Amino acid sequence: MKIVQKSIKFLTVLAIALCSFHGFASDSDKKNNDQNDGGIIDTKKEVEEYILHHIQDSHDFNLFSYTNDAGERKHFGFPLPVIVSTSGGIKTFMSSEFHHNDDGTYVVTKGNVKLVKLHGKIYEIEAGDEVEFVDHHPTNAHKVLDFSITKSVMGVLLVGLLLLWWFSSLARQYKKRQVPTGFGRVLEPLVIYVRDEIARPNIGEKHYRRFTGYLMTVFFFIWILNLLGLTPLGFNVTGQLAVTACLAIFTLVIYTASGNKHYWGHILWMPGVPILIRPVLAIIELAGALVIKPFSLLVRLFANISAGHIVVMSLIAIMFTLKQSLGVVGATGLSLVLSFFITLIEVLVAFLQAYIFTMLSALFIGMSVEEAHH
Amino acid sequence: MDKLLNDFSPGLFLVQTVLLLLLIFIMVKYAWKPILNSLNEREEGIQGALDAAENAKKEMQNLQSDNEKLLKEARAEREGMLKEAREIKEKMIADAKGEAQEQANKMIAQAQESIRSEKHAALAELKNQVANISVEIAEKVVRGELADKKKQLSLVDKMLEDVTLN
Amino acid sequence: MYNLIGAGLIVIGAGIGLGQIGGKAMEGIARQPEATGKIQTAMIIIAALLEGLAFGALFLGK
Repeated sequence: MKIVQKSIKFLTVLAIALCSFHGFASDSDKKNNDQNDGGIIDTKKEVEEYILHHIQDSHDFNLFSYTNDAGERKHFGFPLPVIVSTSGGIKTFMSSEFHHNDDGTYVVTKGNVKLVKLHGKIYEIEAGDEVEFVDHHPTNAHKVLDFSITKSVMGVLLVGLLLLWWFSSLARQYKKRQVPTGFGRVLEPLVIYVRDEIARPNIGEKHYRRFTGYLMTVFFFIWILNLLGLTPLGFNVTGQLAVTACLAIFTLVIYTASGNKHYWGHILWMPGVPILIRPVLAIIELAGALVIKPFSLLVRLFANISAGHIVVMSLIAIMFTLKQSLGVVGATGLSLVLSFFITLIEVLVAFLQAYIFTMLSALFIGMSVEEAHH
Repeated sequence: MDKLLNDFSPGLFLVQTVLLLLLIFIMVKYAWKPILNSLNEREEGIQGALDAAENAKKEMQNLQSDNEKLLKEARAEREGMLKEAREIKEKMIADAKGEAQEQANKMIAQAQESIRSEKHAALAELKNQVANISVEIAEKVVRGELADKKKQLSLVDKMLEDVTLN
Repeated sequence: MYNLIGAGLIVIGAGIGLGQIGGKAMEGIARQPEATGKIQTAMIIIAALLEGLAFGALFLGK
């Protein structure tokens, strides 16, 4: 009971901290997008666009922007390297060369290749000097394969280094003493939790050691990235389809590669049903194993995190959208209360999604290595 | 759906794949393996210690029951010894009694014997003395009586007669 | 417009499903409090599967 109380207290404090940061971040971030739309974001449409912009990956790391007294836009942050594979070979340059332009009007010329940035994506202009639009779609430009160190890649690298630092220092501690001290004491129960609550019961005593490394990496990777998404840095890594798809495909590859005879037997030639039904079942089972399972994994994580970000930001935006009808104090108060509670839930969701992803991965792996028990 | 597909970045996917692969390999090599190994080691150590404690407890119990057995044996032995001693004592007492009885009987018999022989001796002496005295008396009487010869002869005869009768 | 109606339908369906899962899990826990951990795990897994389905449908309709 005491633990529950304590953890609730801790979560509350955390939520307050994160919530206030969120408010700060989006408040100052708000003006950052204005370059294209100009001025302060107030209307619902602008808020929506701003939120969608945040959900997307970005090529520079912008903390906040403001307009100074001289009417100039100032951006606080730093550019990230852009690495694109174009028709003229691989081009690398800093994203600052786009000068924060995001609507495809500023053309960067690299050799004989003309590049523009449009809604967070880099396009190569095929003909002419300008991008031509039909119904907001570019007609004379195509997307390029983009290996840039974007904000999401930054997040991945950051979390990778964090995990490496934390857990390798934990591993080193064990060489000296049996029980870790300091931060290791926080990490050790988590490691034991993943091993004993996720890997062992779902995969089984015999095989779990082989997969624990993957499961733990994925668990901590997702969890820390989810939590990072709640900070004012504005990461939305686990809300990127590419990232969750990659994670899901890793799980798919692992459980498909480690599937034993029993597993494939049950998929391709289900015992115990009439022969005629078996091919039909095989198709269904194959679709389930190869498409539906990873798809549900990737969509769940992506949708939960994206939806969380959208909801938190929409609630914060109440401050601006309802200013007319509720007054400044009313709108701000309502926004603070609602976003506080939703952030509290988001902290829980951050853990829950990491847990569910790992748990389901373990479950699928467990199904594929399960021994025939008859 | 179109928007989602538009948002999907193949470049990010590839970068993420490479990074995740790298992360998994590095983490497994430098973090998870040593951590899990030492956790296992520790748990085995704890299990071993628990088992050892359990064993020690069992041994203690064994020892205790051994002790009790020994104690029991000792008690039984003591009792046996006591019993034996008592028997010996009784036997000794009985023996002593028997011997004493015998001795006493012997002594009594000797005493009786000696008494009897004394009595015999005394009787014989008494008889002698009585006889002497009688003879003397008889002498005196006879002396007095036997002043004549006839009387003497008849007396001798009478006496002889008596003697043979005796 | 139509996809909004579809989203509403999805949410109704998912809501009913989640309610069922949660309610039954509560009943189960009330009946056998010692099995709370197992029931919770199973509940979360099933809820997650349902959620995946619902989200999938929502995004397909978007």
